[in-house]
Amino acid sequence: MPLPDSLRHAWSVARKDLLVEFRSRTAILSAATFVVLVLVVFNFGRDPTAVSAVDLAPSILWVTFTFAAILALNRAFQLELENQALDGLLLAPIGRSSIYLGKLLANLLFVATIELIGVPLFALFFNVRVLPYAAPLAGVIALATVGFVAVGTLFSAMTVRTRFAELLLPVLLLPFMIPPLIWAVLATARLLAGRPLSEIAGWLKMLAAYDIVFVGLALLLFPVTVNE
Amino acid sequence: MRMLRVGRWITAVALLLLAGVYVRALVYTPVERSQGLAQKIFYLHVPAAIWAETAMVLVGLASIFYLFLKDPRLDRFAAASAETGTIFAAIVLTTGPIWGKPIWGTWWSWDARLTFTLFLFLLYVGYLLLRGAVADPASRARFAAVLGICGMCLVPFVHFSVYLFRTLHPMPIVLKPSAPSLPGSMLLTWLLSLGVFTLLYVGFVVQRYALSYLREQLEAAGGETGHA
Repeated sequence: MPLPDSLRHAWSVARKDLLVEFRSRTAILSAATFVVLVLVVFNFGRDPTAVSAVDLAPSILWVTFTFAAILALNRAFQLELENQALDGLLLAPIGRSSIYLGKLLANLLFVATIELIGVPLFALFFNVRVLPYAAPLAGVIALATVGFVAVGTLFSAMTVRTRFAELLLPVLLLPFMIPPLIWAVLATARLLAGRPLSEIAGWLKMLAAYDIVFVGLALLLFPVTVNE
Repeated sequence: MRMLRVGRWITAVALLLLAGVYVRALVYTPVERSQGLAQKIFYLHVPAAIWAETAMVLVGLASIFYLFLKDPRLDRFAAASAETGTIFAAIVLTTGPIWGKPIWGTWWSWDARLTFTLFLFLLYVGYLLLRGAVADPASRARFAAVLGICGMCLVPFVHFSVYLFRTLHPMPIVLKPSAPSLPGSMLLTWLLSLGVFTLLYVGFVVQRYALSYLREQLEAAGGETGHA
């Protein structure tokens, strides 16, 4: 299959998911509310006289995104279980990897929307200066998100068809999320402290390598998870 | 079944030899000057760590071949190797703190190697949980293979990320580019122990392999099985 064709198919799959989401807006609203609540809980989880907000800020940001992403990923294939929609999708004359790419794209847009809501709120609640570092911070967030959403999309295709799906996905996914999370937290901390970009180049490279390896691996392995 | 008996015999011989190695380690091997008796745990700790890591690589390789060949024997081997790896990782995580308390003064530190072993352990647990959560044997094998391959690819990333941190853990003294910097008698004890652990790995894997074969036969005959 030539590349533009498979990308076009992927976009159709993603558009379908996003359209379903856009019509109801239930999931995105719940996820956004969830992010606000987690940020509020974190505020009460620290002693403001002992720990300054900036010291804790990178961890708060990334733990919030981790939980939100897991919520989002859990529903990625849940949609397809109703009325055997997945069978319909698999019968469509498109490649399996296009289905994966489409799902990945839809999940990325979903998680990106939550992050877009989360970052300004985070800056507001914890009095962190984000604007001067907006561009590099967006880069770090994008690189980390692509990596763990890629793995999460692959895993959620498997876990939805198991017992305890909602519990199993985080159990399987968190060990895979932690390495990009560690690099992202370290990079974010340096950025928010106003350090030069050259200091975080190493972590950005690690994030990029992780993305390349796991997006490629997921593209190869996804067909195995849906073939009967 | 013959294979199960063979596995039991190998394990029994290995356990006897392990006792022998410890007699040698405690009685005939010199006491290390700076660490004292605590160093004796090294003969248990390091071989277990080597096999815990090797078992993960073997799970990943068996998974790759399973996806190509669809041979149920490979799946059975991967499951057996993962279970054995879990036990060895647990041994490493138990003996480490026992050594750490007198030497470092703390049971646990977020040291690079400890974190790495913990990751490995959690990967194994996730793998076994996934196997337990899928009822259909064909899907179970495919899902487990996908996770096994992802797990094997994650290992180098964890390895890299943990080496970016400072560490308290002793550096390798046997498996390193230059010649081992261990006195001859200690090295011999250690090599004997590594041999015994190799035998233990083989014994455990053979037993688990035989058990899952028997369980499959029972399932095929429509019998009841205790646990997944």
